[in-house]
This record gives sequence, C-alpha cells and structure tokens, in this order.
Amino acid sequence: MKKKAKTKEKEEEIGLEELVETKEKDVISEEPVKLIVKGKRLDGRGFNELRPIKIEAGVLERADGSAYVEYGDTHALAAVYGPRELHPRHLTEPQQAVLRVKYDMIPFSVGDRKRPGPDRRSIEISKVTREALEPVVFLKHYPKTGIDVFIEIVQADAGTRVAGITAASVALADAGIEMSDLVAACSAGKIDGEVVLDMNGIEDNTGEADVPVALSPKNSKITLLQMDGQLTEDEFEKALKYAVEGCKKVYELQKAALKKKYVAATSATEGNNNQKGSE
Amino acid sequence: MELFVKGRDLVVPGDLLASGDYLLGEGTYKEGENIYANILGLVDTKEQFIKIIPLSGKYVPAPRDLVIGIVEDISFSSWSVDINSPYQGVLGIANATDRFIDINQEDLSKIYNIGDVIVAKVLNVSQSMQVGLTMRDKGLYKLREGRLISISPTKVPRVIGKKGTMVQLLKYMTNCRITVGQNGRIWISGENPNIAIEAIRLIEREAHMHGLTDRVKTFLEEKTQKKVSDIPLIEESGADFNV
Repeated sequence: MKKKAKTKEKEEEIGLEELVETKEKDVISEEPVKLIVKGKRLDGRGFNELRPIKIEAGVLERADGSAYVEYGDTHALAAVYGPRELHPRHLTEPQQAVLRVKYDMIPFSVGDRKRPGPDRRSIEISKVTREALEPVVFLKHYPKTGIDVFIEIVQADAGTRVAGITAASVALADAGIEMSDLVAACSAGKIDGEVVLDMNGIEDNTGEADVPVALSPKNSKITLLQMDGQLTEDEFEKALKYAVEGCKKVYELQKAALKKKYVAATSATEGNNNQKGSE
Repeated sequence: MELFVKGRDLVVPGDLLASGDYLLGEGTYKEGENIYANILGLVDTKEQFIKIIPLSGKYVPAPRDLVIGIVEDISFSSWSVDINSPYQGVLGIANATDRFIDINQEDLSKIYNIGDVIVAKVLNVSQSMQVGLTMRDKGLYKLREGRLISISPTKVPRVIGKKGTMVQLLKYMTNCRITVGQNGRIWISGENPNIAIEAIRLIEREAHMHGLTDRVKTFLEEKTQKKVSDIPLIEESGADFNV
C-alpha cells in the first residue's frame, strides 16, 4: 500500500476519494474467486466437460515403451522399461513379474520450484499408481522379471496422478506388454458447491473436494479411487459417475493414440511411394 | 463363433476380437465366451485360429530357436550368455562342443571367452525360465568377424520372410553372409554390409505395412545395380506376413 500511496502523491489529480476507493477494491479482491459464473467454469467449460486432452504414444526412442499426455496444462511423460532382469535380484518373484512405478515431479513443473527427488507425496502416488496398473498387466506371463514404469510430471496444473496413470498405461501397451485392458484415469471434484469433472489448478486449489478415479473400461472395474475434501453421499455418487464417464472418453483417446502411431507411419511411406511413382 | 475383426486389423489391449470356439494364439485371452486382444498388434486369423502379430516387445526364448548370444560370464562348468532377453542363457559344458571337455584339464575361457559372440540354439526352457543353450548342431559356431546389429525381436519374421525369401534376397543382392537370430541380433559379413544394414533398417521400420518385399527389392536394386529377376532361388510372390 505504501508504494501505491507514493505514486498517488505524484499524480496530484487523483483525489482522496479515489484513494479510498482503491483501498476498498483491495479488500474486495481478498474474497474467494468465483469459480462458476453463469453456469460455466472459469475456462468456459461445462460441469461434466474434460479439458482438451492430447495423447501421443512412442515418443521416446530409447525406452521400450513411452507416452506423452496432456490434460490442459498438466503434461505428463511416461517411460516403460522391460520386462527385464530385475535388480536388486532378491526382489524377483519366481512366479510373476514385479511392477515398479516411480512418479516424479520435475522441479520446474510447479510455480515454486519443487525440491527434486522423492518425497512423501510422490512415494504415495507411486504406490497408488502401481496398484492402479497391476490388475490389468499379465504379470504371471513374465516370471522372474521386472517391469519399470517412470512417470515424470513436466508441468502440473491439477490431476497429475490421473494424467500419469493414463500415460503409463499407454506406455505399457506401446512396450508390447500383455495387458487385459488399458487403464484410463481422470478426476472429478467439487467447486462452488457444484460437482465438476477434471478440475484445473485454480479449481483444485480453491475447490472443496477432489476425487481421482482410474478405470479399466472393458468391464468397468475401478482400480484407483481416492477422495480429498468433503462430499455428501449424493455428491460423491455424482462425482464418481462424472469421473467414470470421463475415463471412458480418455480410453477412446488412448486407443486412438496407440493406433495412430502405426497408421501415421503407413500413410507417410505410401505418400513417398506415390511421389516416386510420379517422378 | 463370431468374428468382430478382420485379418490385419490393428488392435490394442482389451479389444474384443471374437466369441466362441477359437484356437487362441499369441496375444489373445479368453474371458467367458469372449476373446480379447492382449497386446498391441495386428490380427492374424485363419479358420479356427486367431492370434495377434506383435509390433513391439522383448524376446522370450522358445526351444529350437536360433539365437545370437554374447558370453557374459564363465562359471565352473558352464557359460552365461546374454541372449537379448529378460532371461539369461546357460551353455553347459556338455553342450558346448562335440568333443569331451575335462574341466580339470582345460581352461574354459580358451573355448568361449567373455565377450565372444556365438550362434547358438535354445535347447530347453524350464518352468522357472532357465534357458539351456547348445552349440552341438550344424550351423552353430563362434563368430570371429563381421558386424552385429540389433533389431526389435518382433520384426525378425519380416527380415527372414516367408520360407526365408527375404533374407535370401538380402544375401544375394549384397553378397553378404547373414545370420538372423530369433532374439533380434543379426550378424552380417561380406562385400556390402552397409547396404544390408540399411535394408534391414528399412524392413524394421516398415514391417507392419503392405508391399514390404517390393519396397525392399526396389531399394536393393537401386543400391546395388543388380536385378532381382536374376536370382534363381526366389519365387515372384514373396508374401511377407505369414511367418
């Protein structure tokens, strides 16, 4: 305020009344932001609308399988290595593969630089992600091996764990690992008293609840379900319904992304052949 | 018995393929009456039989496979061999040579040393994924010269071609000796190894597309100034998808 007062002194035209007005404005801005205006959310979405989602398979040359996923401003990269010899050796299971997941946020993924390395939160998310993926992977088909999944959050704007799960599942399929189904994930929540799908950063920080869900859509099996915040039973049911619908949309995008990797390659060479033919 | 996909359709894990009494091949699984895809790949179906041709994945050893391995370690009576797979191969001394080896008299590193590259055959794969290798068969030897390259093991059938036509084409056109291991390692030695390698990379890149043989033929003709039609061994129609 001091600074403001100084600048105001220089501009003599501004009277005292206006100064008071600006003071009042400052007080007003400290009130919570309206997240829903005229039935629309801040970014113009409806209540059960996803952010623009982009999925790309096979983006990394050196990993056995990889995927890049964007949920609006949340960007996640997943890499899969394996099945391969598991180190340290004593962790191997004689009858099945060991799935290991590492979720990590890159220091520049958030506003205040995140201290690199695992912390309580990322260790927990690694665990729930592993448990979200384990039910669909045919671990028994790869005895004595390890499958490593690395998820890096490149840019965070809420819903990083669901973006990570979506990416990891596409990366596993890209690596040629046997799975009963893909796992699609998205979150629902509550803002300004309304249940909404796929919250963005502001909504997540100021909202009342967050419900991330991962789904194996083939037989509608939920492999991840968490809740942060408070919801009534009815609100929870509604949030879950929204999230499941959202997952099914994500699922279609996942399938399209995996197919696109090979279809794109086909059309590219066909184009070349045509060129050669016309020469 | 109902089929929901066509041959060569691209499918992803969880896609419904068929229902009823099919014989299940690689990359499929059954849940109740329905048959689903297990992996990312192309549908291959013939009458009662349905399987998925994989587009990516690691080499899983199977008996009678020809593999190219690198000796990793020597122990009391066997060699540990890296076969480009999650599982390590073991070459026992009984299967190493045709003659008798007395382990008290002989230095095993004189026979196969660490770093040696060998063409071996998978003898057996146990329940616990112990992979037994053998060198006691024709065409199995230690490699002493030439170039070794690695491709995705899922593309090996394309490099070999139907009844070995593709690899014959490569051999004739480039004047190279080529050995293709099922584990994705390929050994090349001869006149034009670079052209052979380029052609193999082309096959690897475009393995899942129609008309592969023709494109490889054009490529080789361009590079070597030879005519494919001069080759006596190869039939005209080299279908490239049924290995």
